[in-house]
Amino acid sequence: MIPGSFDYHKPESLEDAVGLLNELGDDAKVLAGGHSLIPLMKLRLAEPTHLVDINGLEGLDYIKEEGGYLKIGAMVTEAQLEESDLIAEKYPILKDTSKVIADPLVRNKATVGGNIAHGDPANDHPATMMAMNAEVVVKGPSAPMTDGVRTVTIDEFFVGPLMTALSHNEILMEIRIPEPDGMCGAAYLKLERKVGDYAIAGVAVSIVVDGEGNCSNAGIALTNVGPTPVRATQAQEALIGKPLDENNIAEAAQLAADASQPVGDHRGSEEFKRAIVKTMTARAIDKAKTRAEGKK
Amino acid sequence: MATRSITVTINGEARTAEVEDRLLLVHLIRDNCGLTGTHIGCDTTHCGACTVLLDGIAIKSCTVFAVQADGAEVTTIEGMEGEALHPLQEGFMEEHGLQCGFCTPGMIMSSKHLLDKNPNPTEDDIRWGISGNLCRCTGYQNIVKAVQYASEKLQETPAEEGAK
Repeated sequence: MIPGSFDYHKPESLEDAVGLLNELGDDAKVLAGGHSLIPLMKLRLAEPTHLVDINGLEGLDYIKEEGGYLKIGAMVTEAQLEESDLIAEKYPILKDTSKVIADPLVRNKATVGGNIAHGDPANDHPATMMAMNAEVVVKGPSAPMTDGVRTVTIDEFFVGPLMTALSHNEILMEIRIPEPDGMCGAAYLKLERKVGDYAIAGVAVSIVVDGEGNCSNAGIALTNVGPTPVRATQAQEALIGKPLDENNIAEAAQLAADASQPVGDHRGSEEFKRAIVKTMTARAIDKAKTRAEGKK
Repeated sequence: MATRSITVTINGEARTAEVEDRLLLVHLIRDNCGLTGTHIGCDTTHCGACTVLLDGIAIKSCTVFAVQADGAEVTTIEGMEGEALHPLQEGFMEEHGLQCGFCTPGMIMSSKHLLDKNPNPTEDDIRWGISGNLCRCTGYQNIVKAVQYASEKLQETPAEEGAK
């Protein structure tokens, strides 16, 4: 299968890339890892007339802690995230997530920024980033008095299926996560039929535990059980101020299942997916708790 | 129809071609360069039959445009053999790591990248490393043995390694 015709552009800088998008209009797409876009182009589900390749642009592939944030450049590949010592030590939820995305060959090319900017509720990073209260930094055209950079909270970023808060002339340049403070832990669990498939359902959990063993903060978000990644707000609230015992975890798990909006398909019925969300939420909380306790 | 001239170094040989922007890397390799060892299996980014090394990293060449490889180095299965067969090629022979052989070039290129990063992988590491490559004949068991064979041989005599 050969994609339809398009014009390929390889800008030298992010500013030029944004300028091209601005000039070319709605029919231009950003080419990052291309592992969602190119398959869609082969199937004619996407038919951009221009591709703006941002591979090779300098300064978009960092993983660093700075100013109270973990900052991940948009062009960091899933493989880089999976192999990073900083991620393995301090942000294991991101490693949990990267290592279940597609397969190793795809992860060598697919980018974290693309996984988010694509806006697919079946992608795995969106729920993880939501549980971690991430922010997305995007770059649009410069104008007098502004460099065109703005920050969007992850909850505001996902607008609908394959729809995000990005304008046609903006590029996602960074994802930032507040640096963890105190006894905190996070985990991502995904149930998939086989390597390379999208999730039947996925659950991301991030928790903070206080000195008395009570949960002082919680983030819970779900993959592929709604039109966007779903934040399980009531499940989060059910944990806060309470010990993470079996009963409280079970209650939160049920509330997460209630918050999910799955559609029955070849991956399972609605009922099955809700049951999966419930089970995996309980397991993810437990795993996050174990990781938090490891920091005592 | 947009075309442009690109130069890609494939197995050490610089190749210049006039290509359409939409040409996929796998078609450049097979059709323009006649290197048909790289196979097209699913054409949908699932099977890994088209795996090659792009600047040393294993990728599915059906999901990269040829223009993206302009100025880059590509290694295909044809570039694996040096003075003798590469230990991975030898391993697939010795351990019966193939039956129909369709997935083999992709399996070998993925395994090459795996062994470059991790010369002494566990069985789990190998199964994980080739999880983007589908084989419908072997049940994978002998492929794992073939990679183990190559890993051992490369560690004994690293100088015998064929291509980069």
